[in-house]
Amino acid sequence: MNLYDLPDARGHFGQYGGVFVAETLIQALDELKAHYAKYQHDPEFRREFESELKHFVGRPSPVYHAKRWSDQLGGAQIYFKREDLNHTGAHKVNNCIGQALLAKRLGKPRVIAETGAGQHGVATATVAARYGLECVVYMGSEDVKRQAQNVYRMKLLGATVVPVESGSKTLKDALNEALRDWVTNVDNTFYIIGTVAGPHPYPMMVRDFQSIIGEECLTQMPEIAGRQPDAVIACVGGGSNAMGIFYPYINHEKVRLIGVEAAGEGLDTDKHSASLTKGVPGVLHGNRTYLLQDENGQIIETHSVSAGLDYPGVGPEHAYLKDIGRAEYVGITDEEALKTFHECCLIEGIIPALESAHAIAYATKLAPTMSKDKVLLVNLSGRGDKDMHTVSMKSGLSFYCHPECELGRHAAASPNKEQIVQLIKQ
Amino acid sequence: MNRINQTFHSLKASNRTALIPFITAGDPSIESTLPTMHALANAGADVIELGVPFSDPMADGPVIQRSSERALAKGMSLKKVLAVVAEFRTTNSTTPVVLMGYANPIEAMQRDHFVNAAADAGVDGVLVVDYPPEEADDFAAMLGKRNLAPIFLLAPTSSGERIAAVGRLARGYVYYVSLRGVTGAGHLDTVEVAEKVKAIKAIVPVPVGVGFGIRDGETARRVGETADAVVIGSAIVQGMFDAREKSSGSEATFAGDWLSKVRAALDR
Repeated sequence: MNLYDLPDARGHFGQYGGVFVAETLIQALDELKAHYAKYQHDPEFRREFESELKHFVGRPSPVYHAKRWSDQLGGAQIYFKREDLNHTGAHKVNNCIGQALLAKRLGKPRVIAETGAGQHGVATATVAARYGLECVVYMGSEDVKRQAQNVYRMKLLGATVVPVESGSKTLKDALNEALRDWVTNVDNTFYIIGTVAGPHPYPMMVRDFQSIIGEECLTQMPEIAGRQPDAVIACVGGGSNAMGIFYPYINHEKVRLIGVEAAGEGLDTDKHSASLTKGVPGVLHGNRTYLLQDENGQIIETHSVSAGLDYPGVGPEHAYLKDIGRAEYVGITDEEALKTFHECCLIEGIIPALESAHAIAYATKLAPTMSKDKVLLVNLSGRGDKDMHTVSMKSGLSFYCHPECELGRHAAASPNKEQIVQLIKQ
Repeated sequence: MNRINQTFHSLKASNRTALIPFITAGDPSIESTLPTMHALANAGADVIELGVPFSDPMADGPVIQRSSERALAKGMSLKKVLAVVAEFRTTNSTTPVVLMGYANPIEAMQRDHFVNAAADAGVDGVLVVDYPPEEADDFAAMLGKRNLAPIFLLAPTSSGERIAAVGRLARGYVYYVSLRGVTGAGHLDTVEVAEKVKAIKAIVPVPVGVGFGIRDGETARRVGETADAVVIGSAIVQGMFDAREKSSGSEATFAGDWLSKVRAALDR
């Protein structure tokens, strides 16, 4: 196998990727491409990026041996890459810092972003506050309702949150609206895309900024586990945390790369977000990739308990890695992810994001089928604080918010450990 | 010779500007599209742009977005759009029809199958908003084989180099997006537009149409002083919707009456 060196100059990963946008955006993308090429290897840019990751984000994030859980499962040893310990609680911030530093160098005083669950919006708002940039976040009006806490967080950080009423009123529509804003305000605005999708150079650039995750693992795994892992496992919505940890391992041919998609209520139902497993190639949001669509080529609504995986497309590099067989893609249902969420809290003392719980769930399925000397590395891409409402609703357990709010009445009925254990067993 | 070329040829001979209305196929209803096309042709449309609705119209403003949503809710699809064009051709063999839409419905149909079906239905040109020239070499060649014109967009931000690249692939006409934004946005600086159109005409061998932001006869007339064609979309689509709200079935009549006024202003 030749050393992996994609995308090509025009942003293609095989037949995927590319620049499928209206002419009105071409000049902005050309400008971005030129500036990224200029600063990508610039020592001063790298120094500032790494310094910010160290002092503002708290990198490197540790690799942690989930020993108790591994022992209970009786098979392969499971390690977590702790992206949940980053400032803002997830991997998203790595990329936001990289792009915001570019925005500064391009002299753009205003940044915009799309968000689904709100994690990328919060990370963008955070970084915008840090660098004194104006920040506008587009968010589907359905998501605004579902993720009230993150909306409030963004506002605290000084961002303007614009609810998007078009289409299905979710992440894909927020992305459309952000693109429309960018076309209109391209002179003073930098669009910080949150995942490895969109037109070239975004899939490549976001991957590069996120690949700090895998780079650290290359050093950390020999230190803590004595060797590189047998498999690297990460959840895939758009696919940025997965590309971040996969990319440095692509040339390590013996390391299996496993992406976990949201199987929602089941891959045989129409309520899931498994673009790679169940989709077909098409064009959306500036790139060619696997898409969930109907027979007329209209994009269909997706479902996952985890808002961060709820997207009908996927980064084009994942589409390519799937086709060439370098990465495998599997599905984990809402139910499996929720069960794993509770187990992770009780067994390891870590509250994972529901997105990350999908990756962990697959690892706990795989581990018992392997011998004890095998090693699995899971990207624990974010923490679960944001998911308290969802989990409490799905689990039928009460949740305490604040004394005056409606839910406060149920605080007295908060569950104890026995109830949760009972629930997991069901 | 393609109907689009014939049309521009005879317009040039009589020193007139082409008037190109845009409507979304299937909005406000699937049945209204065919009579509206005839009404537009009778009112002086030189080319009809028929929007193929898509679930994620990222280059369109709110008017066309909502219009696309309504059309999809009525069950409109690319296949049905082609059926409407075929029906239109049974009684109109002269007015060119250009499909304007996004790549994914075409790719879902398979591009070669689409090209053949479009040619058979009597389509004359295809504008795929998210196929810029660098992603459209092979598609443009496929269209060319069936004598269909690949229509491309040019923007205020397009460099001379890009205008030349578009000029090499474009057939029929090029569509200059007259402002920075989405369809139906803002207001137009006609002086700035005129300068850019002159620059494009110096490089591109096909006629230059101007659209995005033209909403009345007077603006159309001023743009038409330099442009070979003016394209009007959001204003008609919004007007048709409002007309139907008042009285169902009146949308085709509205479209015809409205376009006649623009035609009169343009020919003044």
